Amino acid sequence: MSCWDTVADYALRSVGIGERLLPRADFTICQQVTLIGSGMIWNIYFGTLALLSGFFLATALAMAKAAHSPLLRKPAEWFIFVFRGSPLFIQFFFAYFLFLGLKGVFPVFSPLTSAWAGALVVLFLNTSAYSAEIFYGAMQSIPKGDIEAADAYGMSGWPRFRRIIWPTMLRLAWPAYTNEAIFLFHATALVFFSGFPATQQMGDALYYANYFADKTFNPFIPYPILACYFIMLTLTVIGLFGIVNRQLNRHLPQDRRAKIRLRPMLVR
Amino acid sequence: MFPYCSAPDTLSGLSWLSCYLTTGKHTSLYLSFLTVLVLLAVTAPVALVFGFGGASAARSRFAPLAWLGKAYIGIVRGVPDIAFFLFFVIALDQAFEYARHKIKCPDWDQPIRQGNDFVVCAAAKLPLGDAPQWVHETYGFFLAVLTFSIIFGAFAANVLYGAMQAVPQAQIETAEAYGMSHRQSFWRILVPQMWVYALPGLSNLWMVLIKATPLLFLLGVEDIVYWARELGGTKTPKFTDYPHGDWRMWYFGALLVFYLAFTKVSEVVLDRIMRRLTRGQATMGGEAQRKAAA
Repeated sequence: MSCWDTVADYALRSVGIGERLLPRADFTICQQVTLIGSGMIWNIYFGTLALLSGFFLATALAMAKAAHSPLLRKPAEWFIFVFRGSPLFIQFFFAYFLFLGLKGVFPVFSPLTSAWAGALVVLFLNTSAYSAEIFYGAMQSIPKGDIEAADAYGMSGWPRFRRIIWPTMLRLAWPAYTNEAIFLFHATALVFFSGFPATQQMGDALYYANYFADKTFNPFIPYPILACYFIMLTLTVIGLFGIVNRQLNRHLPQDRRAKIRLRPMLVR
Repeated sequence: MFPYCSAPDTLSGLSWLSCYLTTGKHTSLYLSFLTVLVLLAVTAPVALVFGFGGASAARSRFAPLAWLGKAYIGIVRGVPDIAFFLFFVIALDQAFEYARHKIKCPDWDQPIRQGNDFVVCAAAKLPLGDAPQWVHETYGFFLAVLTFSIIFGAFAANVLYGAMQAVPQAQIETAEAYGMSHRQSFWRILVPQMWVYALPGLSNLWMVLIKATPLLFLLGVEDIVYWARELGGTKTPKFTDYPHGDWRMWYFGALLVFYLAFTKVSEVVLDRIMRRLTRGQATMGGEAQRKAAA
């Protein structure tokens, strides 16, 4: 059986297309590369959707945290504290069992007990909290002169937010937000180890890497393959965010543009 | 535990709860909180030592040592930490067994990797096949501590490396102008000054370390996550005196509160330390304190 057959059988295995049974013996490198790569579909799915949806909630939360009214500020502060102060791993477990309980009472919640929806909700809330803190910090460091200039032009409320505060906030927050995006993609590897079941062995990249390491009792092949995939993903994220960063900074003189510096990655 | 607990099915309300929460299994749960604290207490200093070693190696003027240090710092970037946790536990275990195998059974002629098996001679097994249960548990915990230390050592190395770079170059030059050797200026000038620069990064790392402790569960240690799953699951009257439904949500809710409280306390304490250390320093924080007092 050639490598191309393996790719045809297993490239989409993680979403349930292709061969039903996972390889059980005589594992080849090709099988490991294909299946772990197939698992990356889930990591990209979780990361991308959580990031895109989390962006909007994060902006709203940052605005709420910066608001004067305690009715807006306190809930936002608590939300951010709860999600940033506790481990994502425990959040996954808690959410899974919460959804299980809810499912028993209202059957509407049954999709949330499977990973594709439930874990996505947790990641969405989690990344919103982390990004909101970044956006809030950036909003606090918007130069006073920018806001005064906006006032002098007679802008206020929505136009001032949309044309002055929001773009400047994004520009200042972008390097930190890039790191947040990278951590988020790494955090997606936790999903299938924290309660959420992998139905019919449809799991993410780490799930398959762990499967191979368990079966062959040799961690030195699957984990480096996984590492290569994640490094490629990280580089892609940096590249895409770099393009946006250039767009956000294009009006500035060359030497005042913010550079994206990759920070060491940290656990949540 | 209490005298009235002998017939649990007749109890209700608070007295039932007080009996339920003091069963033997719950004591194991409380002890596992201690496991987490021990892990933190052991890992933090060991990781700091690893980090210090890595950072000084990365600054070394001997190129291969500098590459080694930089590779150690760089290798944890770009890959999910959880993958490292899963990798190191098996890899370290196999490395130890392999080393012992080479020393203890030199006349063993079969290959160690036979297909899907990793075979070493009986004397090289870790822990030994006839060892009591507690040795197995301690060995598992030891592997976990080592794994945590290696990974967090790399993070700490990155922070300390940055802190060493942040010490003004003029300080080193002055030391050398006074005739100090490279080694002397490192220990007497650089190291004492770098901590202020390192502390924000290190305190961040401490928070991250706290939040990484539930990953112990993945390393096969019977930690709080393990017991929360175990105790929270549905219990039928057949197997226990305290039957209940699926309470795992409540148990994990309690863990969530535990971690929130823990990070909050750490935050307050670290803030205090930072304020103490910046007192009188020629940094922005120190300047702000001076101005506030004046």
